[in-house]
Amino acid sequence: MLCISGTEFRSRLFLGTGKFSSSTVMAEAIEASDCQMITVALRRVDLENPDDDIMTALGQREYTFLPNTSGARNADEAIRLAHIARAASGSSWLKLEVTPDPRTLLPDPVETLLATERLVKEDFIVLPYMNADPILALKLQDVGAAAVMPLGSPIGTNQGVLNDSQIEIIIEQARVPVVVDAGIGAPSHAAYAMEMGADAVLVNTAISVAGDPVAMAAAFAQAVKAGRTAYLAGMGQKSKQACASSPETGKLSSDLGFLA
Amino acid sequence: MNITLNGNNKSLQKKSSVLDLLKDLQLTPETVVVELNTTIIQPDSYDSTDIGEGDQVEIIRFVGGG
Repeated sequence: MLCISGTEFRSRLFLGTGKFSSSTVMAEAIEASDCQMITVALRRVDLENPDDDIMTALGQREYTFLPNTSGARNADEAIRLAHIARAASGSSWLKLEVTPDPRTLLPDPVETLLATERLVKEDFIVLPYMNADPILALKLQDVGAAAVMPLGSPIGTNQGVLNDSQIEIIIEQARVPVVVDAGIGAPSHAAYAMEMGADAVLVNTAISVAGDPVAMAAAFAQAVKAGRTAYLAGMGQKSKQACASSPETGKLSSDLGFLA
Repeated sequence: MNITLNGNNKSLQKKSSVLDLLKDLQLTPETVVVELNTTIIQPDSYDSTDIGEGDQVEIIRFVGGG
């Protein structure tokens, strides 16, 4: 079972809650995904719609909420959001996101490392969103990250796992769970990450903008399970040269005479 | 009294506590976090914390996000 900071998770699919067409669809998709970890963001209240509250829509289910610091451009802003997140959720779980460039939404490695170090000292359970950099992953673990979340490809792009060789190194060296986050656009991408040995994947856009988000959530749940099972089963080695699946012995004559 | 509320100017007609403001805005206190001049106000202090001239108030809550 997946264990992060002492909490066990039966499901290895984490779900983001952005961009769903309605609260009802979101709740049904979460149900279909069978996930136990859900990310949420923090924003100013829309004072024109005071009743629009996602936590009411999500009900009292037993999820672990993973608030993110999306919108933060540096460590200070992320830490301010972390404090607000803890006040809002009553828990210390945090997906740390520091993205200074709105065009790429790529994480700032220096500010992310700084913020992780400071938030761990404040007893936050920090899951930093990071570029797929194996050295950075080690440094984040050194300062106390509870997991690392390398991106497959930029947020919301549905491009899949573009930097697989880097993520493989991160997984190989990891002392904490590795959650592949961002860019996963299809169940096959999620299965691929899990086959590589990722401990979990976080998916949002691919499910929330699908034609049928509830069915897509179920498809992702199956893919994550299949990928994990395949990883545990032990994948065959890749080879450049063909290697016959059928026996090499006892073949019919090579002169095709038997066809005459 | 003029304050800045979620980045916009707002006039308050009377002296208000944080709790008064939340009630005026029809917000359920349990669903939001309030920052007064960048300091988070604990819910049990909403009633006893008064908002002053020029204060910056941020009212924040969870929304969908990834």
